[in-house]
Amino acid sequence: MHDADSIVVERQDFAGLFEILRSLGYAVVGPTVKDQAIVYDQLSQVDDLPIGWTDEQEAGHYRLRRRNDAALFGYAVGPHSWKKFLHPPRLRLFQAERSEDGAMVFKQEPVEAPKYAFLGVRSCEAHAIAIQDRVFLEGAVADPTYRERRIGALLIAVNCGFPSSTCFCHSMKTGPGISQNTKVDIELTELLDDEGHRFVFQARSQKGQTIVDRLPARRTTRGDLDAAEALVAEATETMTRELNAEGVRDLLYANLEHPRWDEVADRCLTCANCTMVCPTCFCTTVEDVTDITGDHAERWRRWDSCFTLDFSHMPGGSSRQTSKSRYRQWLTHKLATWHDQFGTSGCVGCGRCISWCPVGIDLTEEIQVMGQSTQGVPSS
Amino acid sequence: MFMKIGSDLRPSSIQPDPMCPDVHHVMSISQETSDIYTLKLQPTERREAVRFAPGQFNMLYAFGVGECAISISGDPTVNNVTEHTIRRVGLVTGTLGSVRAGDSIGVRGPFGTPWPMDQARGRDVLLIAGGIGMAPLRPVIMDVLANRENYKELTILSGSRDPEGILFADELLTWKKQPGVDSKVTVDHADSRWNGNVGVVTTLVNRTVKDPKDTIAFVCGPEIMMRYAVTELQKNGLGKDQIYLSLERNMKCAIGLCGHCQFGSEFICRDGPVFRYDRIEFWLNQREL
Repeated sequence: MHDADSIVVERQDFAGLFEILRSLGYAVVGPTVKDQAIVYDQLSQVDDLPIGWTDEQEAGHYRLRRRNDAALFGYAVGPHSWKKFLHPPRLRLFQAERSEDGAMVFKQEPVEAPKYAFLGVRSCEAHAIAIQDRVFLEGAVADPTYRERRIGALLIAVNCGFPSSTCFCHSMKTGPGISQNTKVDIELTELLDDEGHRFVFQARSQKGQTIVDRLPARRTTRGDLDAAEALVAEATETMTRELNAEGVRDLLYANLEHPRWDEVADRCLTCANCTMVCPTCFCTTVEDVTDITGDHAERWRRWDSCFTLDFSHMPGGSSRQTSKSRYRQWLTHKLATWHDQFGTSGCVGCGRCISWCPVGIDLTEEIQVMGQSTQGVPSS
Repeated sequence: MFMKIGSDLRPSSIQPDPMCPDVHHVMSISQETSDIYTLKLQPTERREAVRFAPGQFNMLYAFGVGECAISISGDPTVNNVTEHTIRRVGLVTGTLGSVRAGDSIGVRGPFGTPWPMDQARGRDVLLIAGGIGMAPLRPVIMDVLANRENYKELTILSGSRDPEGILFADELLTWKKQPGVDSKVTVDHADSRWNGNVGVVTTLVNRTVKDPKDTIAFVCGPEIMMRYAVTELQKNGLGKDQIYLSLERNMKCAIGLCGHCQFGSEFICRDGPVFRYDRIEFWLNQREL
């Protein structure tokens, strides 16, 4: 949350942020309305933001609604997350040429790393980025593309005032407000009340400070800070879904054969939507292509999902044949084995997997049911 | 203790781009059984000695077709030559099986945890293989034979579907003649020309373990066979910490980033493929993992 060092930028001066970012060579990406959803894309001006729009979400439901004000950040989260910029959905890994004598040459792919400014990062999303940092940067081998893009990225985070009904970040301790130890460069809060339409800005890194210092601004008043705090407090109050993050790992380990998995499997279409919209899901597969001569080959990486049969393909057949085993893999990875692998939960409580599930499967409900009929203590 | 990529024992370094292969020259290709062949490879650009530890694997790339994880089956004491013993099961292993001496293929690696040879020092070494599972155990045999004084008895139990499918059949006979080495072979089915054992490889364990407190067992084969092998080894007095298994799952990256090879909380490419049994016991007993 903000402290006395924060400043206030009036709505009419907000465009100045775009100019500063551009002058520093950043490509600004942020929320914008496209195909009846708030998605993340390149922005060129303030008017590209979802001005006056909000999102209405429920399990298996997402609709844009008009707000009765002109808020820039008056929505929760849409189907996109920042991973599409840091961990691109499709990436060429290398090209290879084969000459007539059968000799092969590999051409390493140069890392393409645009300098991104992410405008409108929610607290849950900053946590999701920190989780992917652990996956891609803190293991034995770092992902070169993620590393370069992440180092260059500027995170401008916005405190969340309008969580959707599918959100449960307060359970996962990832929001809705941006805490002191969340890694972002700038924290801002949008205020729209009798005092006017304004933004509380606070630098949270050296990189952020150089930008905040250039904004036309006034000092914050007690009133601004109280309003910012109240916004986040109210947001927390409005959240209805919850998940017992403390006990979920052991609960899942003790219930790998719980009958509920069969029940979920009857509903789950294994469509992979939940993994595509999840801001932490990181799995990829590769595709090999050749041109018509057969002497030029390329290898591409693309996002993959543990919900496909092919994901666990083995010579003797896929190891996860049933949708039960694939749903179980996804949920136990996200909420349990992720802790063992990366020392953190893989879930930030953003609720995307609930909203974008075509049949409205709600992981908080599944965990609750399992908790009420747990089959014992873990054997490990 | 498991070694991770990057530890001292991990023999050669990862290339600048961990996903871009190195060109390797095919020195020879030889047919082992009707569906198993061995490639002998040499790097074309010699940067530093390519070394590996028994149990590690490489990602082999067939031009324009794809890549697959194949364990190294050659001699760990020889630098710059890698052998891979491969069963034709799909497009990539089929394409690699049609290369000729002098051709090139792509190689990334070596990756993964090796068999803990340091734990085997001064002990009886028991190897249990099912089918192609002999491939990652062959470097162990070569290492033991090259450093015979470091180990006590070496016993090789090998199972195959039929007598024609016995992998490294000639070598098994040669190894058996070495002092302190025994090998037993069994087949699932055979006709009247076969005078040897018939039945699953795990049935051989009972007659084998002599000094359970001072034995280490390395097991590689189909998962069901490994589960039974563990049961038999435990019945014969081996502790969970004396049993090591080499596991297999689909792999795309081999560096812990693609997510495919997850086995519960383990990434087989990074935390394995060789695991001490007690580390994976919980997961090995889950279905459809």
